[in-house]
Amino acid sequence: MRYRRKNQLGLWGWLGGGRWGPERYAYALHRLTGLGILAYFIMHIFVTGSRVGGPERWESTMASLSTPFFKAGEFLVFLAFSYHAINGVRLIFVELGTLIGKPGILSYPFSYSALRQRPLLIAAMVAATMLMIVGGADFYFLTK
Amino acid sequence: MRESKLWFWHILSAVVILVFLGIHMGIMHLDAILWALGIGSGDPVRSADVFRRSRQLFFMVTYVILLGSALFHGLYGFRSMLWELSLPRAVEKAVGGACALAGFALFIYGSYVAVAVFRMGR
Repeated sequence: MRYRRKNQLGLWGWLGGGRWGPERYAYALHRLTGLGILAYFIMHIFVTGSRVGGPERWESTMASLSTPFFKAGEFLVFLAFSYHAINGVRLIFVELGTLIGKPGILSYPFSYSALRQRPLLIAAMVAATMLMIVGGADFYFLTK
Repeated sequence: MRESKLWFWHILSAVVILVFLGIHMGIMHLDAILWALGIGSGDPVRSADVFRRSRQLFFMVTYVILLGSALFHGLYGFRSMLWELSLPRAVEKAVGGACALAGFALFIYGSYVAVAVFRMGR
């Protein structure tokens, strides 16, 4: 039988990090970006489905989506993707127990798992930020 | 299926998505940089470019793999979030069933589009 524990916090249990540190907030943001990407992805399946109607139908669909509003929305999705992908790689490493150090004998100064994970989190956030900056430059500044 | 197996597939699908969505995002959203490096093909949403890619076997296959992986990864994640709200068992089952049904329906529709456009004009 599956172990069941009452979630007394409700929605705040999803989003709130409390005193658990930045990793907990990274987790909450991972979920939020995941939900955003899922909503976009379902919409994207139907938008790209217009290809079945041929090039004319595709062009008219693209024309209706070529507004600053949709471009900003698309950029938001790119930001969410950048964060979700890079943080997801970090989570896979943590899941597999790599890049977070080996467990050792307890001795002063004491270390704990969250602290050992911190450099990986910082590296992931730097990588995600760099990807967002490159993407932002491509979206709004670089022209062909 | 046991939760541990679903969790394993969730992680495996993340790796598949990382590879194929990385390629997709690079082509679609880093196009100016790729073009400057001499790799890109211009405007990635231009009709000619879209249909040229869609009629290549590599892209058709990767679209279907990406579709399946992303639907499983996304909907399993969504279901897990809802299950964490300590819902009654019957509601949990209904949520799981609805996610599975939506996933299958979207996969069939998306695969149909990928294959139909691949075969278009052949």
